[in-house]
Amino acid sequence: MKLSMNYREIEGKSAGFWILLGGLALVIALAGGATLYMEHEGHYVTGMNNQIVWGMPHVFAIFLIVAASGALNVASIGTVFGKPIYKPLGRLSGLLAIALLLGGLIVLVLDLGHPDRLIVAMTYYNFKSIFAWNIILYNGFLAVTVVYLWMMMERRMNRYYRPAGFVAFLWRLILTTGTGSIFGFLVARQAYDAAIMAPMFVIMSFSYGLAVFILVLMASYNWTRRPLGDAVLFRLKNLLGVYIAAVLYFVLVFNLTNLYATEHHGIERFILLDGGIYTALFWIVQIGLGSLLPLAMIYHPTLGKSRPAIATAAALVIIGAFAQLYVILIGGQAYPLEIFPGYEVSSAFFDGQVNSYSPSIWEITLGVGGIALALMIVTVAVRVLRFLPESLEDAAVDPHAKSA
Amino acid sequence: MTQCSPISRVLALLLLLLPLVATADSDQGGEKEALPFSDLTFPEPARHYSAEQKCVQPVEEMRKNHMKYILHQRDETVHRGIRTRRYALEECVNCHTAKDDEGEYVPINAPDQFCYSCHSYASVKIDCFQCHATKPVRPSTLNTPESNAANSTEKLSNDIRQLLASEGQAQ
Amino acid sequence: MSESSKLADAARRNFLAKAGVAAGAAAVAPGVFLSTSPAQARPADEPVSSAKRWGILVDTTKCASDCSACVSACENENGWGSSEPNSSAEQKAHWIRSVTIKNKATGFAKTLPMMCQHCETPPCVDVCPTGASFRRADGIVLVDKHICIGCRYCMMACPYKARSFVHEDLHDQKPWAPRGKGTVESCTLCDHRVDKGEIPACVEACSADNHNALIFGDLYDENSEISKALKAKDSVELRADLGLNTGVRYRGI
Repeated sequence: MKLSMNYREIEGKSAGFWILLGGLALVIALAGGATLYMEHEGHYVTGMNNQIVWGMPHVFAIFLIVAASGALNVASIGTVFGKPIYKPLGRLSGLLAIALLLGGLIVLVLDLGHPDRLIVAMTYYNFKSIFAWNIILYNGFLAVTVVYLWMMMERRMNRYYRPAGFVAFLWRLILTTGTGSIFGFLVARQAYDAAIMAPMFVIMSFSYGLAVFILVLMASYNWTRRPLGDAVLFRLKNLLGVYIAAVLYFVLVFNLTNLYATEHHGIERFILLDGGIYTALFWIVQIGLGSLLPLAMIYHPTLGKSRPAIATAAALVIIGAFAQLYVILIGGQAYPLEIFPGYEVSSAFFDGQVNSYSPSIWEITLGVGGIALALMIVTVAVRVLRFLPESLEDAAVDPHAKSA
Repeated sequence: MTQCSPISRVLALLLLLLPLVATADSDQGGEKEALPFSDLTFPEPARHYSAEQKCVQPVEEMRKNHMKYILHQRDETVHRGIRTRRYALEECVNCHTAKDDEGEYVPINAPDQFCYSCHSYASVKIDCFQCHATKPVRPSTLNTPESNAANSTEKLSNDIRQLLASEGQAQ
Repeated sequence: MSESSKLADAARRNFLAKAGVAAGAAAVAPGVFLSTSPAQARPADEPVSSAKRWGILVDTTKCASDCSACVSACENENGWGSSEPNSSAEQKAHWIRSVTIKNKATGFAKTLPMMCQHCETPPCVDVCPTGASFRRADGIVLVDKHICIGCRYCMMACPYKARSFVHEDLHDQKPWAPRGKGTVESCTLCDHRVDKGEIPACVEACSADNHNALIFGDLYDENSEISKALKAKDSVELRADLGLNTGVRYRGI
């Protein structure tokens, strides 16, 4: 028999709820102030420069955008792959996807040299630019996901729910392919220019998005004292383990390919051996803390069943994600361009030197503001609309589940 | 990203229309107190396009459509390398900047100068002078009828044909 | 006489004056034609054409290691270099720079100027989302700062680090070289000079110093000085592996 799932708004009357909202609003306000300051003064107040042209805002924005597409994955598994246990999670999955994407896009836009020319970005298109394609893909993703949510949440539209889910699933794959291709299509730089960037970003999105989803799910059920059964949670954390391993596999193949070609030994040496902060971030944070440790925790016979441990593993994946994006983005730019192979190069414009980057408080605040905005959207949305099932206990999601 | 309620939109629209209503009043030359726009004084242009024509187009036309001429010239110059001077922003600056008491040029985007006095009144932000020079640097080439002719584009002669045609209709 | 017919009269006079286009062109041209100029002055109202492709040959064997005449000339001509008091050294714009290269195996060192290479298929143009980065019909790669949103993707894409982002408010720009905060810029090949038949400021300065390391001209004209020089002796394009067919070429590296 089919159980009907009851969705209900959260109560949103507790002090905790208002403290959360207030805290997020404060962070958003601070980020707004930082943005006004940066835009008024110009980018000289940031740590970004003509050598490191993309900085912290882009790390945050790309994390949020990649995680957005990954967050929708949970809904896709329910709809496209027909796994009933994921279906009750579909609404939150879609909501999180929209919220994270909006958070990421706003950071990206506010870091532009001319955010006031957003209308130009929307009206002048160079269709050979993957960036221009991404503008369409991002806006389309919002539209497709809104429709998908509507089909899910409006009973009369339920019959269109599967096709909408298929479209959303395809769209998100294309979207993350586009995001990865921002780097994959850069022929100039040693660190990029690789077709594997696109599928690697797709896999990264699975992992980042699911980690965020697990944390948000656990927090919202914990804080609203709604039951969250082991069946759902363990399924999700096991899936996260698979994704972490998949990301590791792509990182391994990417670096092995580079290590084979002498041409790329310079950049590999820089990232893996003597790149200072980038080497440390790669090995200690991305690989150690962000991949191997959470993998071990997730599959550990006892830790893997502890909720604090699962939450910690998800948080570690997110920390590792930031390290990974920092190494790809900033590390890739810090390594000098190879204009004269076989020569030592020097100039007043820092040719041939490893470029340094120290992010300012302004650009970090802007990035954190994007995260706060995403969480704010989720918090308000679950308060006013029926996104969260009243119960996700084992009996509710799957009558045949063995009790843990 | 800003969301406006219908009410605030209507209010904003009314606010926008207010100055129009106000200027319409003052045009009728009533006894009313002078309104901000009628107080607006901007520096006299340093030179005129010709004795008969004060600007590169009739003044009324420029008041209404100066941005169209500048925008057209901008794309022609940047993308196609057309360097005619008649509608070049630099020539606007050459004529319309004023000198202060010490004889130094005042930037044309200073609050009380030609562009900004009007634009701040109309609350229309202009983006030109983040990049473009705000003071004359080299002499104008729009002084003589010969150079004026050389500086006109095909577009200009079309304009003139239209003008002549409209004159023909008028007669 | 009514106001409108007065205006029409003025217009008619202009129209008649335009009939004497030759005389008009002569009036705008004095001082513009240089006897040694490789570029013929194009009438001001004529668009650039793809029948030409401008380029520079850099003969690094003639480039003196302690000379920066081309860099200073570009700064003076286009107004960059000392216009950004708040920006750090890493943040300041560089349209052209003097680069010293030393062969790792042999120790042989030399100096050469680096600027936008004016590629035939420029990566910066490919990636620009709004089309602000574009290649003019005559091969000059430019930024239309009116539609540049300041995303800096072109700077990520340029293999030559030729582009700079303006990090602060600027004042007292040159009328012929508009540049401003929040937009990307690079060598324009002195399009404002080329358009009136002159040669770029860097090339002029190099000749004035008697180094003659820079030759400017039309790559499509086989009788131009640059085409002859390219045909006579070897030259390379930087990052030839990328197949960008640059308009700036180097001899002696």
